[in-house]
Amino acid sequence: MQHKSTYGTLAVKTAVLVIAALLLFAPFLFQDVRALEVAARICIFIVLVASYDLLIGYTGIVSFAHTMFFGFGAYGAAIALRQMGPGWDAVLLGGLAGVLVSLVVATAVGLLSLRVKAIFFAMITLATASVALVLASQLSQFTGGEDGITYRAPDLFKTATKLMVDEDGKVVRLFGVKLNGKLAAYYFVFFTSLALFLLMLRVVAAPLGSVLKAIRENEARAEAIGYRVVAYRTFVFCLSAAVASLAGTVYAIWLKYTGPDTTLSFAIMIDILLMVVIGGMGTMWGAVVGAVLMVMAQYYLRDLMGAAAEATANIPLLPELLNPDRWLFWLGIIFILLVYFFPRGITGTVMQKGARS
Amino acid sequence: MDRISDIMGRFGGVYLLPLILAALAFVLIGAPSSWATLTVAGLAMGMMVFLMASGLSLIFGLMDVLNFGHSAFVSFGAFVAASVLAALSGWLGADNVLLNIAALSLAIIAAMSFGLAAGWFFETVIIRPVYHDHLRQILITMGALIVSEQIILAVWGGTPITVLRPQFLEGAWIIGDVSIEIYRIFAFGLGLAAFVGLYLVLNRTRIGLLVRAGVENREMVEALGFRIDRLFIGVFMVGSALAAVGGAMWAGYETLITPALGGEMMIVVFIVVIIGGLGSIEGTLLGALLVGLTANYVGFLAPKLALASNMILMTAILLWRPNGLRPAVK
Repeated sequence: MQHKSTYGTLAVKTAVLVIAALLLFAPFLFQDVRALEVAARICIFIVLVASYDLLIGYTGIVSFAHTMFFGFGAYGAAIALRQMGPGWDAVLLGGLAGVLVSLVVATAVGLLSLRVKAIFFAMITLATASVALVLASQLSQFTGGEDGITYRAPDLFKTATKLMVDEDGKVVRLFGVKLNGKLAAYYFVFFTSLALFLLMLRVVAAPLGSVLKAIRENEARAEAIGYRVVAYRTFVFCLSAAVASLAGTVYAIWLKYTGPDTTLSFAIMIDILLMVVIGGMGTMWGAVVGAVLMVMAQYYLRDLMGAAAEATANIPLLPELLNPDRWLFWLGIIFILLVYFFPRGITGTVMQKGARS
Repeated sequence: MDRISDIMGRFGGVYLLPLILAALAFVLIGAPSSWATLTVAGLAMGMMVFLMASGLSLIFGLMDVLNFGHSAFVSFGAFVAASVLAALSGWLGADNVLLNIAALSLAIIAAMSFGLAAGWFFETVIIRPVYHDHLRQILITMGALIVSEQIILAVWGGTPITVLRPQFLEGAWIIGDVSIEIYRIFAFGLGLAAFVGLYLVLNRTRIGLLVRAGVENREMVEALGFRIDRLFIGVFMVGSALAAVGGAMWAGYETLITPALGGEMMIVVFIVVIIGGLGSIEGTLLGALLVGLTANYVGFLAPKLALASNMILMTAILLWRPNGLRPAVK
């Protein structure tokens, strides 16, 4: 690509590095429970969005079933932890089961429908995902139905666990932060996410990434050069499904709760879509920027909108639209405008700056 | 196998599927009275789904535009009709059939006009700039869907709304030991009327000829000097209006509607369009009837399976005919 060393690319990479550093030291920098919650969510959504970007941005496949795979991983871990009790064997088994189910479903859906038009595929994945959602809420003896499942994470991640103790048997504080299980859980989330993200970065930097882009740009030509388009598409669909499933497992361990609303719901699919488009399709960096912005918006924009709604209480309709529950309305509008005017998203647009094209 | 398909082809080919399904269900259910009730319910549901899906299918067939926001029209139709009916509750409760009918027609006309206007807005403002770009089309219409859902939430609130039905459509006819809800007959009739109307317009008029030619080969029609984009706006508006009417009918059928209605129906509509094959209203009708009947039969025979039944039906049909039963788009 021509924008290898533009200052725009440099800016994006710097921003991503800063974000990575902030996330790495998040427990020490932002010492409250909510901020840690936000940071962990950002880590997991970066992986989830990046894996979705493999599909939509790199290969040009639109799938609405991504939350389904996320949910498989989460429910796999949740059910295993629930049935076998907290332990690493349960996590391993649940995670593997989630990945396995994801791979089987992804292969089936992929082989059945990836050879047809993109639009057909989008519709079929939407239908599949809705069936998965309905099944999760109906098979309540396994999944807990609408209420979801609560369970205990492995002992290492309990808040009461002391990683290091001083002479008095109290937990050691480092820069005022207790070295307890919560911290261990956060770093588990962070490093797993980092590993998965680096893996995907490696995949797109490999020749495979170029093949995927070739398929996105011109399917017929890629086929003519000799690449088996359906095989590649199915492969990348499976890969992104497996990564999403692992992200789901990690999220399940972090939350200690899994339900349709946290993993499977259509709202999360929309979040992912918004993150990819806002961040910028077709670059892994876009996933980072998009996930950070959206998760921050989810947590903090609502407060802001609540204040705005109170300020405009006398004007008709405006308070209704500025109601914190309506924040998706504004995001939807921003989303549409972005697709019109900046189809490359934030990172794509920034990276173009200074390009000599 | 060849002989069977020969015979099937002679008697109507894939159009026999709903009949076969009904016959199969008759054997499995065993009780004629419940079978009849279920069949009527299935046909009524099928017809309402047909109203919602036909526009989507035609729009895709003609302009290669897939509107993921189509279900917004369904929700809007349902809510507009519910509001009109609520405003005219005096007329509805009156013991006068004429007043009843007037209120109902007003509600349907309101939903339809709203559909026409919203369709025009959608087409010119939202979809026009992204023709021929499937990825951005899906994204944009998805965004429009999000915004429309939020508007519905802002205007009508998140709590379920009760929809009033006109007096003369309440209750049921009892024939022997079969009870048939009058509303279902009405829904079926309206859907059938819409289908016949669409069929006649498409097959007997000049505009219909142009639409069908456009589905078949758009460039050629344009080369002959016809402004197919204008035609497309018309088709889009009519399709949206039909979806709104379908939503209005569905609201009366469910009698309790929530803003999630459109999203729930969207899945069914997509399944119908995929089964039927894109671009043909015959295929859409077939798909809608199949989905409606299957949903009701399976719901009776094996309630646990009911939710996955549509999906199973779709998978089976896609394995048999990857492009749907009666596609018009090649």
